[in-house]
Amino acid sequence: MAEELFIQGNEACAKGALKAGCRFFAGYPITPSTEVAESLARELPKVGGAFVQMEDEIASAGAIIGGSWGGSKSMTATSGPGFSLMQENIGYAFISETPIVIVNVQRGSPSTGQPTMTSQSDMMQARWGSHGDYEPIVLSPSSVQELFDFTIRAFNLAEEFRTPVFIMTDEVIGHMREKIIIDDDKIEIVPRKRPEDKENYLPFKNVENGTNPMPSFGDGFNVHVTGLTHDERGYPDTNNPKTHTDFIERLCNKIINNKGKICSVKSKYCDDADIIVISYGSPVRSVGTAVEQAREEGLKAGYIKIDTPWPFPDKEVKELTKNTKSVLVAEMNLGQMFYEIDRVVDVECSLIGKIGGELHKPSEILSKIEELGGK
Amino acid sequence: MRTEVRIAGFGGQGVIMAGIILGKSASLFDEKNAVQTQSYGPEARGGASKCEVVISDEEINYPKLEHPDILVAMSHEALIKYIVDMKDNGILILDSRNIDESEIEDFVKEHNITVYRAPATETAINDIGLKIVANIVMVGAITKITGVISKEAAIKAVESSVPKGTEEKNLAAFEAGFNLI
Repeated sequence: MAEELFIQGNEACAKGALKAGCRFFAGYPITPSTEVAESLARELPKVGGAFVQMEDEIASAGAIIGGSWGGSKSMTATSGPGFSLMQENIGYAFISETPIVIVNVQRGSPSTGQPTMTSQSDMMQARWGSHGDYEPIVLSPSSVQELFDFTIRAFNLAEEFRTPVFIMTDEVIGHMREKIIIDDDKIEIVPRKRPEDKENYLPFKNVENGTNPMPSFGDGFNVHVTGLTHDERGYPDTNNPKTHTDFIERLCNKIINNKGKICSVKSKYCDDADIIVISYGSPVRSVGTAVEQAREEGLKAGYIKIDTPWPFPDKEVKELTKNTKSVLVAEMNLGQMFYEIDRVVDVECSLIGKIGGELHKPSEILSKIEELGGK
Repeated sequence: MRTEVRIAGFGGQGVIMAGIILGKSASLFDEKNAVQTQSYGPEARGGASKCEVVISDEEINYPKLEHPDILVAMSHEALIKYIVDMKDNGILILDSRNIDESEIEDFVKEHNITVYRAPATETAINDIGLKIVANIVMVGAITKITGVISKEAAIKAVESSVPKGTEEKNLAAFEAGFNLI
């Protein structure tokens, strides 16, 4: 039977994690993400899981990597300052192919910035924050229901591709309350693929789809896990150009070659639109209102909502914008995803970037639509 | 139809809980949609605190308030701080014991605001014997005055939101508020 609740986004995130099978959370409380930790501190022990409050976010990211190799689906939640501290271990999670979920409830930045205010200024950090070539999967929800749904999807993608997955949400979605429906019949959970053959198992094999099954410590597979470039057995092999090239290309290609499975966008009124507004996360809510108002005024406006900023859904965005005259990007920073969108679309692309800690007002977006849409 | 409600007072009066109950009533028990947001910061620990709820028959895109149709003021400071955004012809509900109306007379006239006086704090103290339930008294008054949520839904939301063991006192507070007007 479906359960209906009127709860905060951060509480919905915690519920999604539990539903997805998360049994280990390590974190350090930080506004505006703290309710995720609070909820899981209460609920994880009830289902046989563990919650640990660590000394900082460096240790938190390290702990969930260990938790995942220990056999538990693991996650942490933080905001910009904590996300910065986690970057070193995020790189380690990519190179060791460790499935983890990291939630960043974004707030005004840089540095400690505006703890209680909203922002989307960590989007490029999610893409490039740790050193090296890697392909992150990033999900951005626009409602409390989506924060629940996307948390489950994040765990599923992490297991399917044996990789870190980020939920880049923001203060507005994290703190607002809305109705969510939890319908167990409609929820799919991806379990961890475990290896069987102990004799011939290679944990980092160059398999065709790029993703190997993963044992837990203690299962008897004798796996060596390292941040150094390693061969298929997991042993360091740092001076061989071919080993490094094949390995890092496999890590990137297991995401790039599966973009069709990972990328997700939603759209409305794009078929005949002269102007298309593109956004992700909470600004989608303001864009939705503004575009409906523009249509009432007779303006041919449409919108695209990006569920997965990374890997960027090039194909979908290009296809949906092929007949429009202009594109407007609404995001709560001074231009981050804007440059990626500008790279992909063929028409003139403008930005309505907002910082300061408040969501765009629909009237601000409507004025820009009117200006660009020829009214 | 989209209705924007702002409930404001000082930290500790339970204005956030009052807003959650409105949102819960509308979205879980009245088959409408609702979004609740709240002030989050130092003001939530003493100064003016506010809770905002959007209730609509249709899907709610923009989750914040632009111009409240309904303002509920539980303190004088909150009234003065938040009345300026009100929509013309809006409804203003005052916890009258806590408020001096002389400062807002001109605004009320100019914007054709309908004012209701619901002495929630006084009622909570005198009728229930608990000042702490003033917010639930106010939920009763809001339900009766605005009709933005149904009485049945409100009762279910109160029952499922208050701490276990306090349901009876809180339902009595709701009834007292409902009968104030």
